[in-house]
Amino acid sequence: MTTTDTTTVEKTVARISLSGVHKRFGALEVLKGVDIDVEPGEVVVLIGASGSGKSTLLRIMCDLERADDGDVWVNGVPLHDRKRAPEIFGQVGMVFQQFNLFPHKTALGNVTLALLKVRKLSRAEAEERGRAALARVGLAEKADSYPAQLSGGQQQRVAIARALAMDPAIMFFDEPTSALDPELVGEVTGVMRSLAEDGMTMVVVTHEMRFAKDTADRVVFMDGGVVLEQGPPAQVFGNPAELRTQQFLHRVLDT
Amino acid sequence: MDWSVIWSNRQLFTDGLWATVLLSLAAIATGTLTGLLVAAVRTSRIPLVAQLARVYLEVFRGTPLLIQMLFLYFGAAYLNLAGITVFGAALLALTLYQGAYIAEIFRAGIEAVPRGQWEAARVLGLSRTQTFTTVILPQTRAIVLPPLVGQYLSLVKDTSIAVVIGYVELVRQGQAVIDRAGDPATTYLAVAALYFVICYPLSLVVRRMERKAVIA
Repeated sequence: MTTTDTTTVEKTVARISLSGVHKRFGALEVLKGVDIDVEPGEVVVLIGASGSGKSTLLRIMCDLERADDGDVWVNGVPLHDRKRAPEIFGQVGMVFQQFNLFPHKTALGNVTLALLKVRKLSRAEAEERGRAALARVGLAEKADSYPAQLSGGQQQRVAIARALAMDPAIMFFDEPTSALDPELVGEVTGVMRSLAEDGMTMVVVTHEMRFAKDTADRVVFMDGGVVLEQGPPAQVFGNPAELRTQQFLHRVLDT
Repeated sequence: MDWSVIWSNRQLFTDGLWATVLLSLAAIATGTLTGLLVAAVRTSRIPLVAQLARVYLEVFRGTPLLIQMLFLYFGAAYLNLAGITVFGAALLALTLYQGAYIAEIFRAGIEAVPRGQWEAARVLGLSRTQTFTTVILPQTRAIVLPPLVGQYLSLVKDTSIAVVIGYVELVRQGQAVIDRAGDPATTYLAVAALYFVICYPLSLVVRRMERKAVIA
């Protein structure tokens, strides 16, 4: 899909375009040449065993990790160009497994911080947008609560609102429900589903296979640092081509 | 003991108290600022600067304050560095010495904040400086305040070392009283009590801040 030519227009049209991405931590090669494109409005779910490199791939897409090799275009920004990479910050949203809310700030304080400091909005404007974002995740009435006063599910929804308030071109989710009690998973995947329905471009690393099945436009199965198989959920779940995919799905679905 | 010695020399005591308070407050301000700056540099990703900060720490924590003060005042005079006052030399020595300890207190606080906080702020588009001041530093309060109180108290008491370069503070005034009226027992007891009068409220104020930090 992509070529080694880094200046073609098609890549800035695609929301995300990775080609030949390699990443190693010390002696461990985590990504061994990954190519992935994500179109505007597409919901891509990365699945695979832990250690398969999916979280690292996600972190490379929002420049929290740097690829050792390969081209990474995200929202028109070449992340492989170290000078230009920082442009990406504030353009994309990231939702972390551990929420990473700012504990010393209220829900509204969390959501408005970057609006005030990065977008330089007035306090009134920031709070208006912040409250709208909290309402979007169903937490309008929790604006003045501190993270410690909220359940895990509510904290993660505040984290989603914090990313949403910046009006991101793309939203990344790194195992957003893995730190939650099982009964709290639904409220978070519910919000994610509604974002997907609104046309948000999303890349999601998750172990929630139900979410992958009913919300993803495309499921990407990673194994040993490469993309082993990808396609619509019906195809990957219903009729996986690769033996490794079959084994993985057998493990996660039948236990 | 004859307590009238204290009353009849009250002017000397209050002058000394004021001089000690002045030097203490000034050194707390500059020492804290130095500590913050050095801690920020130490946790930054510029290796050379971080290394320089380390050298500074080791030198000023590894030598006596007494010598540092003597060197800064008399050394400066010997080197013909014009314009260094007794107060200036005392403040500079206290700042550098206490700043080194305070830097380590802040560094421990900064390093206790999970990396995810930096990452969340970074993706939101905050600069490193913005992240440091609005996200990281406020979270260090609960960790930093208790050892910081201890450091401030030790700083207040360390101001007495400035007597060796001729700064006229509480101890020096106490000695003046003794020269004039004798009775070192009563006088030194009064001097000690006045140090306590400075330290205890300071301890109380910071402890109140600490309680607030835990709640937030």
